[in-house]
Amino acid sequence: MTTVFPRAAVALTLGFLLLPITFGLLGTLLPAFGYLPALGGFELGLGPFRDLFATPGLVAAAALSVATGLAASLISVGITLVFVASYAGTPTLSRLQHLLSPLLAVPHAAAAFGFAFLIAPSGFLIRLVAPVFGIDRPPDVLIPHDPMGLAMIAGLVIKETPFLFLVTLAALPQVDLVAARRLAASFGYGRIAGFVYLLWPALYRQIRFAVYAVIAYSSSVVDVALILGPNLPGTLATRLVQWMNDPDLSARFLASAGAVLQLGVTLVALISWFVLERLASSALKTVRDKGWRLVADRFVRRVSILLVGLIGTIVFAGLAILAIWSLAGLWQFPDILPQSFTLRSWMNAWPRIGDPLVTTLLTGLASALLAILLTIGCLERELQTGRSVDEKALLMLYLPLIVPQITFVFGLQLLFIGSRSEHRLTALVLVHLVFVLPYVFLSLADPWRSLDRRYETIATALGRSRLSVLISIRLPMLIRPILTAMAVGFAVSVGQYLPTVLIGEGRLSTITTEAVALASGNNRRVIGVYALLQTILPFLAFALAALIPAALHRNRREMKV
Amino acid sequence: MRFIKRVLAASLITAISGLNAVAAERDVKDWSAIEKAASGQTVYFNAWGGSENINAYLEWVGAEMQSRYGVTVLQVKLEDTASAVAKVIAEKAAGKNEGGSVDLIWINGENFVSMKQQDLLLTPGWATALPNWQYVDVENQPTILTDFTEPTDGLESPWGGAKMVFFYDSARTDSASLPDNAVQLLDWAKKHPGRFSYPAPPDFIGSSFLKQVLSEVIDDPSKLAKPVDEKTFERDVEPLFAYLDQLHPVAWRQGKAFPQNYPDMKQKLADGELDIIFAFNPAEASAGIKAGELPNTVRSFTFSHGTLGNTHFVAIPYNANAKEGALLTANFLISPEAQLRKQDPTYWGDPTVLAMGKLPEEDRAAFAALDLGVATLAPDQLGPVIAEPHASWMERIEVEWRRRYASGN
Repeated sequence: MTTVFPRAAVALTLGFLLLPITFGLLGTLLPAFGYLPALGGFELGLGPFRDLFATPGLVAAAALSVATGLAASLISVGITLVFVASYAGTPTLSRLQHLLSPLLAVPHAAAAFGFAFLIAPSGFLIRLVAPVFGIDRPPDVLIPHDPMGLAMIAGLVIKETPFLFLVTLAALPQVDLVAARRLAASFGYGRIAGFVYLLWPALYRQIRFAVYAVIAYSSSVVDVALILGPNLPGTLATRLVQWMNDPDLSARFLASAGAVLQLGVTLVALISWFVLERLASSALKTVRDKGWRLVADRFVRRVSILLVGLIGTIVFAGLAILAIWSLAGLWQFPDILPQSFTLRSWMNAWPRIGDPLVTTLLTGLASALLAILLTIGCLERELQTGRSVDEKALLMLYLPLIVPQITFVFGLQLLFIGSRSEHRLTALVLVHLVFVLPYVFLSLADPWRSLDRRYETIATALGRSRLSVLISIRLPMLIRPILTAMAVGFAVSVGQYLPTVLIGEGRLSTITTEAVALASGNNRRVIGVYALLQTILPFLAFALAALIPAALHRNRREMKV
Repeated sequence: MRFIKRVLAASLITAISGLNAVAAERDVKDWSAIEKAASGQTVYFNAWGGSENINAYLEWVGAEMQSRYGVTVLQVKLEDTASAVAKVIAEKAAGKNEGGSVDLIWINGENFVSMKQQDLLLTPGWATALPNWQYVDVENQPTILTDFTEPTDGLESPWGGAKMVFFYDSARTDSASLPDNAVQLLDWAKKHPGRFSYPAPPDFIGSSFLKQVLSEVIDDPSKLAKPVDEKTFERDVEPLFAYLDQLHPVAWRQGKAFPQNYPDMKQKLADGELDIIFAFNPAEASAGIKAGELPNTVRSFTFSHGTLGNTHFVAIPYNANAKEGALLTANFLISPEAQLRKQDPTYWGDPTVLAMGKLPEEDRAAFAALDLGVATLAPDQLGPVIAEPHASWMERIEVEWRRRYASGN
C-alpha cells in the first residue's frame, strides 16, 4: 500500500494530463486535414486550410491574437517585475499581497464585465465626471471593443498581473533576498537595478512556465475577447467559436483547421517571447556589465505601486458596479446611482440557479478532490524516491495551460460524442481535472517540500509505518495548504467556460456557462447577478480553506498564522 | 467553390442518413398513446436563453407539463440557435441516430431550412396533426405555413408571431420627426449622427434590418420570394450596400462597431446612446418599461408601407430522445392557455399564432382583456407585413456584409 498508491498516483496524473491533450489534438487535427467520415470527409488533404486562408480578414484576426496576447503578457510581467523588484522584503509588499490574493479568485469573465461597466462611454467613470463637464449623453467613442484591442489588453492585464505577482512571491523564498539587497545597496545600486541584476534571472527561471501559460491564455482567450475585444474582426479564437456554431456543415472542417492555426498563433506568440527573452537577457548583461547603478528609481517605484494599486481598485470597483447593477431599477445616463433599487433580478434568477449551482459544486469539488489525492500521491512519491519534479515534469504540468484549450477540447468533444457515453458528469469532471490538476499541484508542492522532515523521522523512529506517518503527522500539519490548494482547484473549475460548454453540451450547465449565455442578452442587471455568483463561489472556498484550519488548530498555538 | 462543396457535403450526408434512417414508428393521430409514452420523459428544449422573461415563461411551461403529463421540460439555454443545429449535426456525424441530446428546438428561417434540407428533422410532418392545431391562424398568418418561403410541411409547429417595430424615447425625440420608411430613416440618421445603428449580422435582428432595407430598395421585390440568382445577385443587392455605405458614417460609432443584439440596443436607448431602436416583438418596449430597463416615455412606431414579419416555431430533431414528450410540449405551447400567458406582457408579450375566431368564447374574452402596455401598438396599428425573403438571401447578404464591413480591410 505504502508504495502502490504513490506510484499509481504518478502514472494516473500523467495519464489524466497527457491523454486528453493527445487525443484531443488528434480529434482536431484529422478534420483539419479533411478527415471526418461522417461528414463526408474521407480523404486527407489541404482543402480546409485552403478555405481557411481564403476567409477574409483571417490574417488580421491572427495578428490581433498574437499582438494582444504578447502585449498583455509583456505589460503584466513588466508591472510584476518592477513592483517586486521595488518592494520585495518590505511591509508594502505583504500588504498588497493581501489586496491582490483575492483577485485570483475572481473569474476572468466577471472581472472583464466589471471593467467594461467602468470604462464604457455610458459607464461609471464617465458618470462620475459628467456633472463637471456637463455631459448629458454618452460620448460616441468606441470603448470597449476598440479595434486596437486596448480594452482587451487592459482587461487581461488586471487579471494576469495578480497571478504573476503571486507566482513570483511563491518563488521568492528560493533566492536570498536579504543578502542580495544588502550587497547591491553596499555597492550603491538602486533597488530595482540591484534586484534585477542579482535575483531576477534566477527568479525568472522559476516563474517562466507561468509566464508562458499567460501568453498562451492571452492569445487564445474567448470570453474576455468577446466582452472587451474588437469584434470587426474579432480575434481568431472568437471566430473559431463562431465557426463551431455554424449550421453550415463545411464550417466544421474550417473550425478544425482554424483550431490548428490557433495552435500556430500561440506558438508564434511564444517564439516571439523567446526572442524577447534573449534580447532582454543580453540587454540586461550589457547594462549590468557597464555597471549602471540606476539609483534614481524612486519615480519608477512609485509608478509601479500606483499601477498595482490601480489594478486592485479596478477589479474591486468593477465588482461593486456589478453588485449595484444587479440591484438596479431604472438607471439612466448620467445618474451615478439607480433611481430605484429592486431585488427583482435576484428573485428572477433564484429559481433557475439550482441545477447549475449543483453541477458547479459537484464538478468543482470532485475535480479538486481527485486533483489533491493525485498531487499528494505524486509528492509522496517524490519524498520516497528523493527525486523532485524536474524541468521536464514541470513542463508536462504546465502543458494543459500552454496548449490552447480551444485546440484540443473540440477534438475531445467529438471523441466524447463518438464514444456514446452516458457518463457526462464524469467526463466533465475529468476534463476539468486536466486544468485543475496543474494548479493544485503547483500550489501544494512548495509547502509540502518545505515541511520539516524531522517530525516524520521521529515518528518513523518510534515505529510508525510510512502511511501512518503520512496520515497522522504530515497531512494534519499541512491541512492549511492542502485546503488552499483545493480551493485554488475549485476556483479553476468554477471558471472553466469552454470545456464545460463543449462537454456539458447544454445538458450540464454551470454558473459560468449560464453567465456567458445570459451575457449574450447583454442585460447588465442579469450579468451583475451571475458574475457576482461566479465570484462568490471561489471566495467561499477560500474562506473555508482559511476557517477550517483555524477551527481545527484553535488549541494549537504554533499552528496559527 | 465553397458552395459546391457544401452541396456535395449535404448530399453525402443525405446518402448516409438514408442508409440508417430511423423508421417513424409513432402515429401522431393516436394522441392518447403519445400521452402514455411521454409520461416520465425528459424533454431538453434548446432555446435561446438571453432573455430572463422568456426563460421564466419556459419555467412555467415546465411546471405545467410536469403536473399535467408527468413530462419534465428543461430549457437548454443557447446563445445562438445555430449551436443546437451544430449539436445535431455532430451527433449525426458520430452516428448517434437515437437518443440524441436535443428534443425540441426553438427555430425558424435559415436554421429550419438548413435542418430540413439535411434531413435532421422528425418526419413525417407532425405539426398539423397536433390536437391544438385546430386553433392555429393559418388563414391570416401566411408565415405559419411558409417559413422564409420554405414550406413548413408540418416539420415545425408555430409558437409565436413577430413583426419589426421601432422604439424611441418621446422625452428626447419628437414623434413628428420620425421616419416612415428606410430612406427617411437614412435622412434622419444623417440629421442625428451617432444615434442609430443595428446589431451586426448574423444576429437575427440585425439581419432582419438588412432584409427590411433590401425589400424596400431592391428594383423588383418579387425576386426575394425566389432563391438568390447568382447571375444578378451583385446587382440586386447593390442598392442595399449603397444605402449602408451612406448609413455607416452617420451611425453609432461611425459603423466601426455595432450593438450586439436587441437587449444591447435597449440598454443603449436607456443610456441615451441610441435614439431609435427596433425589435421583432411589438411588446418589447412595454416589457422593458415594466422591468425598469426603459423609461416610461418610450413609444413605438412602424412604417406605413409595412415592416418585416415572420413566425417562430418549435421543431423536433430526427434523433430526439423524448419524441413523444416533445410532441406533447409542442401541442401545449399552442394551447389557448399557454398562448394567452405568452402574449401577456407581464410574462413575455409575444404575439399569438392562434385565430381569435377559432377560440372558445371565454379564451377569446381573456385575450381581449389583456393589457398590452403603454408602449405597445394595437394589432391594427402594426401596419402591413412584408414577407421574409427566401432563406438563401439572408445567407448571401450576411456573407457579403461580413466581407465588406467585418474583415478589417
